[in-house]
Amino acid sequence: MTPFRILLGTLAVAVAGSAGAAEYGQFQADKSTLTFVSKQMGVPIDGRFRKFAVSVAFDPARPTAASARLDLDLASIDAGSKDADDEVVGKPWLHVKVFPTATFVSSAVRPLGGDKYELAGKLTIKGKSQDLTAPFTFRQDGGNGVFDGAFILKRLDFAVGDGVWSDVSTVANEVQIKFHIVAAPAAVRK
Amino acid sequence: MPETRYTHTAIALHWLMALLLIALFSLGLYMSDLPVSPQKLKLYSWHKWAGVSAFLLVLLRLAWRIGHRPPDLPAAMPGWQKTAAQGLHHLLYLLMIAIPLSGWLMSSAKGFQTVYFGIIPLPDLLQKNKELGELLELVHSSLNFTLAGLVVAHIAAALKHHLLDRDEVLARMLPFLTRNR
Ligand code: HEM
Repeated sequence: MTPFRILLGTLAVAVAGSAGAAEYGQFQADKSTLTFVSKQMGVPIDGRFRKFAVSVAFDPARPTAASARLDLDLASIDAGSKDADDEVVGKPWLHVKVFPTATFVSSAVRPLGGDKYELAGKLTIKGKSQDLTAPFTFRQDGGNGVFDGAFILKRLDFAVGDGVWSDVSTVANEVQIKFHIVAAPAAVRK
Repeated sequence: MPETRYTHTAIALHWLMALLLIALFSLGLYMSDLPVSPQKLKLYSWHKWAGVSAFLLVLLRLAWRIGHRPPDLPAAMPGWQKTAAQGLHHLLYLLMIAIPLSGWLMSSAKGFQTVYFGIIPLPDLLQKNKELGELLELVHSSLNFTLAGLVVAHIAAALKHHLLDRDEVLARMLPFLTRNR
């Protein structure tokens, strides 16, 4: 990029920003969270991932052009207790030695009206890929773009918890995933 | 004429709780040493459900006890033995309340809500806190071993009454035995 184009880009973002639109593209890891709720014997248990990277390009003025990618470090899981953390990285569950990362790559974003959107793409865990759609909301907050969404993942679709653990009366098949992703405007460098 | 036997309700509650507590105690010891497995998760849940049931039963039992004075201890018993017997019974009640409470609080502190029979969620009185959870685990097991020790003393005393003193103290808590003097 020439200095002139950077200047132009900055100006454009500044103008667009003041008009309430900009492309958000700089992932803010420390402000973003990826949490989940699993169910054990009918008891909801909170968990989260400590390490993940998102690359995102989202302009609320042109949502259909948006794209997103997630790279999730599965070993960074906090499954609610030490026992669970030790168990869940093992072979029947996430098998992180062989499959250290899960990825999501978007294929389409569809506006649903208001601040609501739908994200579609491919989720890959443990070497298995599945199409996924998830609703999310977008809002601007203190100059950042904030994306909040949730969806239900069926763990057995990815052979997560197979063998004796495939009995879903102990650990439910459905895992609710919630993401809260914060991104700064793309063209503004800090 | 003063009552010489416990009421049927008191007898039923006593033996029901005795069975439940022995089962809970053994299950608690067994399950906590198991490697993580679906079986372990199930046993933990059953332990919690049975423990909450024991807590409800002891409340019922206390309510009954308040309304129904136990029969007097044999007049021949020395004063210190009467005091010891009553003190021990009070301690047993205290532990039967404190143990399930400590289990419930431990679960909350460890981040596992107790959902009675998988249906009725009990409130979490404590926030998730790892250190507190470990402390409460120690409290739960220490109280349990204290209870186990006291129960052994309790049984020894009952047998002494029956076999050495040859009085009616054990018989009046049994549903099927009467001792005519
Ligand atoms: C009168 C009722 C109860 C009795 C007699 C009892 C007895 C025991 C015993 C003997 C242990 C093993 C202790 C050890 O060796 O570490 C244990 C462990 C345990 N109890 Fe209870 N318990 C009772 C009620 C409860 C309740 C109501 C809960 C929860 C709602 C509970 C939750 C637990 C848990 C989670 C453990 C395992 C601790 C661990 O190793 O992680 N208990 N219990």
